[in-house]
Amino acid sequence: MTDHPKLTRRQLLATAGGVIATGVVSDLVSRREARAAVKPITVGFIYVGPRNDYGWNQAHAVAAKKIARLEGVKIVEQENVPETVEVEKVMEGMIHQDGAKVVFATSFGYWPHILKVARKYPDVLFPHIGALWKEGDPKNTIGYRGYMEEPHYLCGVAAGHMTKTGKIGFLGSKPLFFIFNNCNGFILGARSVNPKITCQVVITGDWNNPVREAEVTNSLIDQGVDVIVANVDSAKVVVENSERRGIYTCGYHTDLSELAPRGFLTGAEWNWAAGGQFVKAWQTGGPYTNLLRGGFRQDMVAISPFGKAVPEDVRAKIFRIRQGFVDDSFKLYRGPLKDNEGNVVLKEGQVIANDDNKFKLAVNFLVEGAIGKTGLKK
Amino acid sequence: MTLRSSVETAAISTAAVLVALLLFGGFAVVRGLDPLEVYRVLYLGAFGSWFAVQNTLTQAAPLMLTALCTAVPARAGLLVIGGEGALVMGGLATVLAGVLLANVPGPPGIALLCATGAVAGGLWVGVAGALRHWRGVNETISTLLLNYIAIAVLNHLITGPIRDFDQVLKPASWSVGEHLRIGDVPGTSIHWGLVFGVAACALLWVLMRGTTFGFAVDILGGNVRAARMAGLPIGAMVLVACFLGGAAAGLAGAVEVIAVHGFASSSLVVGYGYAGILVAFLARQNPLAIAFVSVLLGGISASGGLLQRRFGLPDAATLVLRGFLFVAVLAGSTLYGRLRIVRRP
Repeated sequence: MTDHPKLTRRQLLATAGGVIATGVVSDLVSRREARAAVKPITVGFIYVGPRNDYGWNQAHAVAAKKIARLEGVKIVEQENVPETVEVEKVMEGMIHQDGAKVVFATSFGYWPHILKVARKYPDVLFPHIGALWKEGDPKNTIGYRGYMEEPHYLCGVAAGHMTKTGKIGFLGSKPLFFIFNNCNGFILGARSVNPKITCQVVITGDWNNPVREAEVTNSLIDQGVDVIVANVDSAKVVVENSERRGIYTCGYHTDLSELAPRGFLTGAEWNWAAGGQFVKAWQTGGPYTNLLRGGFRQDMVAISPFGKAVPEDVRAKIFRIRQGFVDDSFKLYRGPLKDNEGNVVLKEGQVIANDDNKFKLAVNFLVEGAIGKTGLKK
Repeated sequence: MTLRSSVETAAISTAAVLVALLLFGGFAVVRGLDPLEVYRVLYLGAFGSWFAVQNTLTQAAPLMLTALCTAVPARAGLLVIGGEGALVMGGLATVLAGVLLANVPGPPGIALLCATGAVAGGLWVGVAGALRHWRGVNETISTLLLNYIAIAVLNHLITGPIRDFDQVLKPASWSVGEHLRIGDVPGTSIHWGLVFGVAACALLWVLMRGTTFGFAVDILGGNVRAARMAGLPIGAMVLVACFLGGAAAGLAGAVEVIAVHGFASSSLVVGYGYAGILVAFLARQNPLAIAFVSVLLGGISASGGLLQRRFGLPDAATLVLRGFLFVAVLAGSTLYGRLRIVRRP
């Protein structure tokens, strides 16, 4: 029998404690090393309006908060910056005074100014939300944008289940392809539930015209419409008005559920936080793409939390379709498809891929079931 | 201006600025911020570096010219708030002239463009002067309404008749040829508008202080009946004062076009005209003081961004500071003639 060294309980505890302590310390050290490996980076966000507008700018401010949680990222924000040379000054201010290495200038009209500043500061990255980047533009600029027609389709499904009158409404800002895409998504979703549903379409002509938006909302409700979605800078007026009149609404841009506790169904949201991948790439010197469009599959769009009016089975159905977008088994534009003037857009069996930009960027029609005109000369 | 009144003006103005800063410090405390840190960032953003100084001066440039639009007629006793409209009309006229004169070579062409902008702005506010003199229309109301008309004219023209359809992001007019642009003062990022602004302030200061016309305008502003008794040509003076003021703002519009944007668009309507009113009052309608006050307010605007970025303050924070400043100066103006240190022995 060999002589085993006897361990007293005290020795055992001390050893074990030591082992644990060593483990913890080495863990801390390695974590610190990992943190040191991530270069700290300052990221600027520029908004064209106020950050809490229940719309476009808020969607970006929400994303800014998410990006701020990435490792080593510090953000600086400035709001109410007009689309003039002023934004160039602000971008340069962020670069000079705050040391920003990535600047998100989050309004469409900032683009020409971004191109100018980007040529001057090749060590700074400028992701822009218009997907306007084209070959020849500086490599340190990026265009990216989500396919909002996909969440609009899901809103449409919710609307299709909830409408009692069979009449839904779409309020659009400008006669532009992505507004038509959203409108078509909304209608296709609703008519997938009940092909008899019709949708009143009104284009106001302005990004932001609360008075007209309120008028349109009231007149749509007076005509029997009982679900409305509004594609304007901030849908606050439309959502609040609809709530007051006791009908259902869907949100746009960002989560608007708090504005309509009774009538809110769900909403089409951007996931601009997807821009975090550009920050990471710039931080680590990794690759990035200069032009990126994506939907649920690329995690660039989302839907708002359901309102309490939406029953469980409808929620489950919507989640299933969303999964279809994610694994690309579900396509939004499928034949047979007619526009609302009776012209055949897609023949039986014809399917448009969800990322077919050539088709989507050229959409200048409203699908069957839409009551209204694009206002475009064809 | 005697030494005594200069000391008085300087003392009261400085006190007003200090009081405003103190109030703003209180605002910072309410927001849970360290006021000293806020002052430091305010200074950093306005004058803390060459970059900041250039920003400040760029912001100040249009304010000098639009402030003159209120200050010059004010010397004649008129309250004109039409700087915004005059700036827009000046910018529009400059674009039209720039397109018509596309074949005129650089220097004379630029001079003509500036003159066109100034004349357009001058005539625009001159309309208010004429309405005042011949029809007794209140010039404050008419210039305010003329602002709306000018902006409507701008919107009409840039979305239709003179729209450049190559500019897809937002409606904008045709562009002025590259050879007719002036850009920045070499070696800086400050555009030439600053030089124009300082020159206009100096010129009008000389006119107001050193000429019989200026003296006559001051009499008119002080007491209309006295001016009439003295046989001064009141109508002509009202018109000229309005024209000069409008011309300054019109020149600001011309500069925005040929030095900054290259075209007319909604970018002309960013509130320079209204900020100019504040500058004119802070400067007590003195053209030379306007140059300095513009730099002060330009500094506040320039540091507004840094305040937002460092403390997460809303954009309105600088408006709060501006508001405190305005109220402090107005309150301070009741002190004139009452300060013991400057009272005549």
